Amino acid sequence: MVHVSMAVNGRPASADVDSRTLLVQFLRENLRLTGTHVGCDTSQCGACVVHVDGRAIKSCTVLAASCEGAQVTTIEGLATGGKLHPMQQAFQDNHGLQCGFCTPGMIMASVDLVNRLGPSLDEATIRHGLEGNICRCTGYHNIVKSIVQGAREMGAAATPQAAE
Amino acid sequence: MGVTALGASVKRTEDIRFITGKGHYVDDVNRHGQAFACFLRSPHAHATIDRIDFSAALKAPGVVAVFTGDDIAADKVGGLICGWMIHSKDGSPMKAGAHPALAQGKVRYVGDHVAVVIADTYAQARDAAEKIEVQYTELPAVADTASAAKSGQAQIHDAAPGNTVYNWHLGDKAATDAAFAAAKHVTKLDLVNNRLIPNPMEPRAAVGDYDSGTDTITLYTTSQNPHVARLVLSAFIGLAPEHKLRVIAPDVGGGFGSKIFIYAEETVCAWAAKKIDRPVKWTSDRTEAFLSDAHGRDHVTHAELALDAGGKITGLRVHTIANLGAYLSTFASSVPTYLYGTLLSGQYNIPNIYCEVDAVYTNTAPVDAYRGAGRPEAAFVIERMVEVAARETGRDPAEFRRTNFVTAFPHQTPVIMAYDAGDFPKALDKALALADYKGLPARKAASAAKGKLRGIGISAYIEACGIAPSAAVGSLGAGVGLWESAEVRVNPIGTVEVLTGSHSHGQGHETTFAQLVSSRLGIPMENVSIVHGDTDKVQMGMGTYGSRSGAVGMSAIFKALDKIEAKAKKVAGHCLEASEGDIEFKDGKFTVKGTDKSIDFGSVALQAYVAHKFNGQELEPGLKESAFWDPTNFTFPAGVHICELEIDPQTGAVTIDRWTAVDDFGKLINPMIVEGQVHGGIAQGVGQALLEGAHYDNDGQLLTASFMDYCMPRADNLPSFKIETIETVCPSNPLGIKGCGEAGAIASPPAVINALTDALGHEEVAMPATPQVVWRAAQKTMMKRAAE
Amino acid sequence: MYAFEYHRPQTLSGAAADLAKPDAKALAGGMTLLPTMKQRLASPAALIDLKNVQELTGIAREGDSLVIGAMTRHAEVARSKDVETAIPALASLAGLIGDPHVRNMGTIGGSLANNDPAADYPAAALALGATIVTDKRRIEAKDFFTGLFETALEPGELITKVSFPIPQKAAYMKFRNPASRYAMVGVFVAKTAAGVRVAVTGAGSSGVFRAEPFEAALNTNFSPSALEGVSVPASGLNSDIHADADYRAHLIGVMARRAVEAAA
Repeated sequence: MVHVSMAVNGRPASADVDSRTLLVQFLRENLRLTGTHVGCDTSQCGACVVHVDGRAIKSCTVLAASCEGAQVTTIEGLATGGKLHPMQQAFQDNHGLQCGFCTPGMIMASVDLVNRLGPSLDEATIRHGLEGNICRCTGYHNIVKSIVQGAREMGAAATPQAAE
Repeated sequence: MGVTALGASVKRTEDIRFITGKGHYVDDVNRHGQAFACFLRSPHAHATIDRIDFSAALKAPGVVAVFTGDDIAADKVGGLICGWMIHSKDGSPMKAGAHPALAQGKVRYVGDHVAVVIADTYAQARDAAEKIEVQYTELPAVADTASAAKSGQAQIHDAAPGNTVYNWHLGDKAATDAAFAAAKHVTKLDLVNNRLIPNPMEPRAAVGDYDSGTDTITLYTTSQNPHVARLVLSAFIGLAPEHKLRVIAPDVGGGFGSKIFIYAEETVCAWAAKKIDRPVKWTSDRTEAFLSDAHGRDHVTHAELALDAGGKITGLRVHTIANLGAYLSTFASSVPTYLYGTLLSGQYNIPNIYCEVDAVYTNTAPVDAYRGAGRPEAAFVIERMVEVAARETGRDPAEFRRTNFVTAFPHQTPVIMAYDAGDFPKALDKALALADYKGLPARKAASAAKGKLRGIGISAYIEACGIAPSAAVGSLGAGVGLWESAEVRVNPIGTVEVLTGSHSHGQGHETTFAQLVSSRLGIPMENVSIVHGDTDKVQMGMGTYGSRSGAVGMSAIFKALDKIEAKAKKVAGHCLEASEGDIEFKDGKFTVKGTDKSIDFGSVALQAYVAHKFNGQELEPGLKESAFWDPTNFTFPAGVHICELEIDPQTGAVTIDRWTAVDDFGKLINPMIVEGQVHGGIAQGVGQALLEGAHYDNDGQLLTASFMDYCMPRADNLPSFKIETIETVCPSNPLGIKGCGEAGAIASPPAVINALTDALGHEEVAMPATPQVVWRAAQKTMMKRAAE
Repeated sequence: MYAFEYHRPQTLSGAAADLAKPDAKALAGGMTLLPTMKQRLASPAALIDLKNVQELTGIAREGDSLVIGAMTRHAEVARSKDVETAIPALASLAGLIGDPHVRNMGTIGGSLANNDPAADYPAAALALGATIVTDKRRIEAKDFFTGLFETALEPGELITKVSFPIPQKAAYMKFRNPASRYAMVGVFVAKTAAGVRVAVTGAGSSGVFRAEPFEAALNTNFSPSALEGVSVPASGLNSDIHADADYRAHLIGVMARRAVEAAA
């Protein structure tokens, strides 16, 4: 067993866990933050993407123990003060989701994309930037539209969004 | 807070929980005291099980129980079933081998279920599963579709000699042969419809929970049709009588057909929960999903098309070998027969069709319905055939199609289906204009100047959806009826709950169904909730697949709303002191004809429950109605998809440059959601054509058992799509809906392959046309062009 | 995963001590190790997490070389101004590894130590003539990669940094496996004072290798046209369901030409 403590969505979280516990297991099973999903075993689908210290990572491929002291943001922590994050709103506005299973990872990856590359993103950049996220429902068309809107609105917002 | 009309692209109400991480999927279900199941799976494609020693596993930390097929058999729990009886052409019933939930004496594919370990944690269960010693005697395996029935192959089930499940046929052989004898031109093609693995992003999961106080089992499961699951688990598998078995399918993360079926794992979790009197949870990992989810497609076909001198199609002859895998999954037998042969006429007037299908067992995962189920295979055959026939006879592929289109409705095809409405030339014209078909030569030249090969491909598809009239499918062998149910409960303050037997796993029913209620009752969508996916709440239903939830599910709601309106008019009549026949209902208001006396819907609802204004002996209090809708025909969505792509002949890389679709889905409830369904379908079809293929080696080992080797479409494999619709109203349901869920997946593979072969100067390519496949073909094309 | 002990040393010497434990394995970014362990294909008794070892981080220009700490993440290399200035091809290569989330975790040291036959960094190291610096010695790239997933590293030996001599020109071209997005063929071309080196990853049945016929041709004339009619034999190349050896041999030629074009 190892002791881990981190801040998840701004709240302290700690536990004694089996050393093999992955971050996603810690989030889902210890903290019952079940918005972060597991869709594959090979670090490809991206359903598990969260932000650790401001960077998007695949929480199925990092040990909880390695996140000691980290600031973790999950999909549950993206909306602030009862208001959806612009990227969340954009996904609803543009029908950027169907079954919703890939959506949390997709939104977290999209926010990271804008954090890295700024609010003016062309279609090719967005499609390339989604390399680490698989969606089986939408054909990506509306996800791309969602990100264009979400990026623009993140840019328009005065304060930096999430995961900072 | 107004009324939402049908045809409005309103945002989805269910999205809020999904975008905030509050969706509730089966793996999010945790029951107090739950244990975890890990399935020991066969590493061999074909072997006898000589001995299983699980004594060491039983002693491993945290282990609660280990069960094998013997334990299930001892409890008289039956095997998994196939619910559609197909008869061979000689009249004999299909030959089905037993399908135990846990293997008994023999394993028949890699991933077959040998034993289950249940422990306090999943890690412990998996650790212990590795301590089980199984002594196998390996048998020769057969994985190849085309040769499975040949003599000398390993025999998979004693009940099915020659690994043959059935030799089915449809159509008039003699008439078709005569048409070919008289033909001016015959086009022949060998086609492989590649095997696919559905891969919804949410892996399957199940939680069995037993309440000994009431002797009731609750099963949470990733199902597209929880009532069918309960029916099968109860009536056929014998887990518990229906009133002691509750099946809940909460949020389900995509299905595409693969979650229709009743699987071993959910059966075992439900059974074991009672056995150990403790909740049992299982969540598939992706590798297990690859190995044991039902796969799709896998046809090997030879087809021939007969033309007369004027370019009219006079006959179609098709022979298909369909791989059904190692066991018959729930609806496996229907897919390559009545969902396939019946659509071979496409959008064309083909007077003579004869189709033979040999269904075979192989040592591979079971094969069953996957998005489109039989109809993509049919569309691929006919759309490849007409394309090649047009090219062979020097005709423009678009004009060749137009020459042969069905233009008068209703149209009876020679293969059962009676098309009821459509306008095929209109969709074609619109699609050609949107795709700038005329501008293609210039674009081809521009590509050639860059050293690239450009091609265009048309696919004019039709499908049969809304499955289906119960008596009709019963006569074809279905074990169930395919109606749908609805119950509309109006609460005393006028809010509404709709209980539906349809199940949403991405389709947006909570929005579209609420739109229907809102527009019909004149109340805001916010006042409507849609309840589905729980057999304790919804009495009975047939679930969601075959693009049926709009055409069938919403028609049931429509019918229940008719009854609500009729009842409410009676109540309103008493309130307004007028006779029922003088009451009109419009915009949420009941009005006495020709007067300004009116009462709104909410007030009528309240009066229905307080029952002060009428005699409770003459008119029952309350406002709640239910309905079952049995369709009178299949529905026939149809349309034209056009793919334009560019090949880099140096590497074989393919870039889809533009995609145009014009679909006829009848009336649309929510165009935004309809378009989303088309987008997703196209992506899956492009995946089939260019990227995805399940590949077993000769020993029956699955070589594509993870996303590392099975190529899922990603964002940069696809363009944005140009999607438009035309509308011919469906005459067989009150809403005029045809269905849209599968169209993209049905239309797109032939569009891509027709475009590729156009770019390649008619050089044939197999699916998936990976860079390697395309490069090889492009070498030939370039050599031919150099020689010219 | 099988159970293991977890250690998180703060210093290089602490890491070395931890790695001396029986069956201990270093955890860098974990992008290959953790998936392998999840599939129960590896079962180290202890994982030594290097994330807090400061001596292993940093990117610096040192004379005619670019030196990158072993724990430097791919994303850091991809966006580093120093790398972009000194060896833009290396920044570009780092930006092509995996996906954005993988690049935020995966490290150059981990990639080299793992020596996956489809990894990108080995091609850069070999073509640029890098020196792999460990806590015990310096190893030339040509001596470092010894076979599939095999390197010259001794048990317990840890890569601390990698030193890349700055080339005159370089470029990396990669044709991806459509499914895994690893290199099905990746070709790194570097023109240095000592001559041209062409290293190929993703294709060789024993891992990264140098395409000597291409080097000879490019040493005479560093242009794409120099490679016309020159090829790498298909024997010794991988064949799998995605690409057979002939196709890979062909792609090596195409990627090499495109790399020379990009570098020239």
